Order: sequence, then structure tokens, then C-alpha cells
Amino acid sequence: MSGGDRLGPRTKAHFPLLRRQVHGRPIVYLDSAASSQKPRSVLDAMNSYYETINANVHRGAYEIAAQATEAMEAARAGVARFVNAPSADEIVFAKNVTEVINLVARSWGGANLGPGDAVVITEMEHHANIVPWHIMAAEKGFELRWIGVGADGRLDLSNLERLLDGAKLLGVTAMSNVLGTLNPIRRLADAAHDAGALVLVDAAQYVPHLPTDVQSLGADFLGFTGHKMCGPTGIGVLWARAELLEAMPPFLGGGEMILDVRKDGFLPNHIPHKFEAGTPPIAEIVGLGAAVEYLEGLGMDRVREHEVSLTAYALRTLEERYGSELAVHGPSEPACRGGVLSMSFQDIHPHDLSQVLDDRGVCVRAGHHCAKPLMRHLGVPATTRASLYVYNDTSDVDALADALDVAGEFFAR
Amino acid sequence: MAGLEDLYREIILDHYRNPRNRGELEVPPAFQAVGFNPLCGDEVVVYVEVSDGVITDVSTGGQGCSISQSSASMMSTAVKGRKVSEVRRLVRAFKHMMSIHGTGIGGTGDDLDDDGDSGDGHGEVKLGDLEALRGVVKFPVRIKCATLGWNTLVQALDETFA
Repeated sequence: MSGGDRLGPRTKAHFPLLRRQVHGRPIVYLDSAASSQKPRSVLDAMNSYYETINANVHRGAYEIAAQATEAMEAARAGVARFVNAPSADEIVFAKNVTEVINLVARSWGGANLGPGDAVVITEMEHHANIVPWHIMAAEKGFELRWIGVGADGRLDLSNLERLLDGAKLLGVTAMSNVLGTLNPIRRLADAAHDAGALVLVDAAQYVPHLPTDVQSLGADFLGFTGHKMCGPTGIGVLWARAELLEAMPPFLGGGEMILDVRKDGFLPNHIPHKFEAGTPPIAEIVGLGAAVEYLEGLGMDRVREHEVSLTAYALRTLEERYGSELAVHGPSEPACRGGVLSMSFQDIHPHDLSQVLDDRGVCVRAGHHCAKPLMRHLGVPATTRASLYVYNDTSDVDALADALDVAGEFFAR
Repeated sequence: MAGLEDLYREIILDHYRNPRNRGELEVPPAFQAVGFNPLCGDEVVVYVEVSDGVITDVSTGGQGCSISQSSASMMSTAVKGRKVSEVRRLVRAFKHMMSIHGTGIGGTGDDLDDDGDSGDGHGEVKLGDLEALRGVVKFPVRIKCATLGWNTLVQALDETFA
């Protein structure tokens, strides 16, 4: 390995959008933590679905309805394989991780949480893993406890046992969408289970970037979303242990999620359909299936190697070119983090910085990244976040650094 | 394509680096309002003190990008010492300029001069230095930054007269 390129230059050609220009310059897409680009194979799979087998799934007796159902269930099996779920029945399709966590909070939380109980989350959670618990805590009267973040951008686990004492659930992100921190999920899960708590993992930033085995992670619930892993928007996944799903009450009620409906009640469907009310986003599910196959084709071990290597190149480049003028929040060791680089550059506000970067065709995200408690901890109103994925290479990092030069000069006027 | 120079006019950067009327006023007699831009975390605090229908003092605080903070600063200089009725007309004129469909300013058949008590005898609303913010419209995601201080001012005035 030399400069941090492993996959980038070759995979870039798989992504049609990355051929376009922005403001007369080649696009430099560094916002995959918000949403990834889609390879041709995913777009083709979705188009092909609409052009050849589009029909509502389940219950249709005709050929294309059966084919649509088959395509959807094949995607479910592919997703199960991708995260090493013991059974495809444990894969519930939802809209995104936000819906996944709301599903768990409302269904499992509604049935299991009350006054005297506690849910433990961390200060580095995305709002999606905070607000549903605020809502349910107000309704059910349980206590919300917080694991803090240390100075190095890692969780402060010094009082973990005390926080978990009496807790019924630990909710934690596998990888911070701001700091890139990879949290010790197995260790946290073991501690939570010892304390009698279940573990919900927000894996939105993890599943797209690292080989994932839900069984070895030790999670009870795990959520991820298609559009951050080369798939379409509008399709997310809840994996949960079958016995938990069996015991949980339904989330949304309607078609598909029932076995029988009478005037005096209903009988819920078997899992996973019990949690999939209404016509599902079939094309998106097919697209997610294709995305999983695309990533499997690259090999998730190689995806991770590529990103560690490119993250190391980025951290080194930014340090060499800007020194103390630029701070990257989060762990400094590439092996302990993902390719999410939240930066503070000189005293330029992130919103202004991203505007100048955009002028150079560089797509980054500025703001609080839906993690306001973490922003308060970091003592910054916002950061400028560049995030890396399979199609990025050292030329993208160099373009980012060149654009930072331009921004520095522009605001030094 | 709109260039960065259209957005970051010199006067805007000057107000960002040297904000006018920055600070706090005593509440009461002043009224205070806080405005947030949930998209980017910008925050503007506006204090206004009104006496006999005139904004006798105004002060701003908060944190955010150059556009939000400079627009709040320019707002403070534009409204200080002016009648509330005039200020409300100015806010409408400014927000009209900040709308994507906004065209000219100054009584060209829009609703800018519908205030019975405008007091200045004609429908013209002079934006003066505020014209420098016109380029923001070419960057639609930044419009909310530019209008944040103005919307917060309206909140503070509404508090005053609540």
C-alpha cells in the first residue's frame, strides 16, 4: 500500500453520479456519512424491477406478483446473510434507522418500560437514538441516563456499571456519525447483559463500512439504513432476535401485518411481517438487495482496509498542510475510527467553509449533524464533516485540502 | 452560476468581524427573543427596547455563520431609533428581497405599503446597506441564515406588544 488508495480509483467508475461536474469542476463527493452514492448495479436492479416484475407483493396469484415477492424475499435473505443474522425472519424492513428506533422504543419500550426503569444512551448518539427515548420517557416515566464522552472522543466507561444498574436497555451507536469513533459494542453488550439490560445498536454508520456479524457483536436490536450503503433512500433494516420480535406488540397497524381481522380484534402476522404494515417499498428493497451484493463483491474486509488506509492518508495530509489551524474531532488512530472527519478550520464557521468548498465542487456537510448533545460537549456550534467511502481516493482528499487553501485565503481577505 | 463574491460582499464580512450593537439589554425594560436555524445550529438573540412606538435600543447576540451574524448586525443598525411601524415595513421589504420570487423593492404593486400608519408619507422602503444581502438569494440554503435575525426581531416585537 502506498498512498491510501485501494478501492477508490476502480470503484469510482461504478457510480454514474460521480462522473458529473459541479460548478464546472469534477464532483468531489465527501458526504457519504449523510448518504452514499449508488452504483450502476443498484440503479439497474430497481429499474429492472419496475420494467419487468412490478406488482404488489404477497397474496398475488399471478406470475409477476410472485416474482416481485420472490425478489423482495431474496433481498431479505441477502441482507440477513450480509449481517450474519441467524434467520431472514429476523430482518424487518422499515423506512430508515429513525423508524427502526422508534419502532423499538414504541413497541418494545411501550410494553416493557415504566416508572423505576432506566434506559441508558450515550452523549454521542444521533438525535434518532435520543428523541424517541425522550418521547417514551415522558410517556412512561422511566429514567434516561447518559454515558459521557471523554476528551479523546471515546465513551467514558468509568461508571458504566453504575449507569447500567437497574437499566432495561442500552442504546448505543456502533460508530459515531460525528467523531468516527468505533465503540466497543461487544464489551458494552456483555456489561449490559450482565446487568439484565438489552442492547440496541445504531449501526447506520457501521454496517456500510465494516464487516458486520450481529451475533458476535452481542446486540439484541440493530438498525441500519440502505441509502448509506450504496442502496436507495426509504429503506432501513431492523435486525432483532426472533424471540424479542415474537414477544413485541405490533408497531404500525394495517394491511400485511395481520393473520386475521374481526370486528372485535385482530391476530398479528408472523415475524417479520408483523412489523411491516402496508405495501412495502418493494423497489427500494430490491435495490438494497443489489447494494448488499455490490458490497459483498468488493468484500467488506477490503472496504474496511481501504477506508482505514484512506483515513490515515487524510489525517496525515490535513496535519501536514494545516497543523494546528485545523482540528479533526475524534480518535486520532485510524484503526479506532471510521472515515468520518469532523473538522474545525481556523475560525471559519462551518457553514461558510462548506460554501467555499462547494464552489470548488467539494461536497461536505456543515452543521450539528443531528448530534446536539455531542456538539455541546465538544464546545462547538457546528463542524464541517468530510466522510469517505468505497469510491473515494487520495485525489478526493487532495481536492479537499486544496479547497481548504482557497477558503483560508478567501476569509483572510 | 453565482460566485462567492455575490454572497460574501465586503460589507457583510465587515459586519461579521465587527458586529454592531452586540451584547445584552436588561430585561425588562427590554424584551428578548431567541431564534434558531435548526438546519445548521445558528442562533440569534435579539433584545429590543420600545418606548412610545419607537425602538430606542436594540442588541443582538448568538452564534453562527457570517451570513446569520452579519445580517443580525445590519438589522440592528437599520432598526435602531426607528418607529416600530416603519420597522415592520422594513422587515417585510427585507424578507421580500430574500424570497426567491422577490423582485424589486419599493412599492411596485406588492404588499409593502399596506400599513396605514407608516408615517413616512410614501410606500418606498429604502434598504440601503441591506441591499448587500441581495446576493444571498442566489444561494437558497443560506436564505434562512440571512432572515434569522429579522424573524427573531419580529418575535421580540411581538413579545413587546403581547
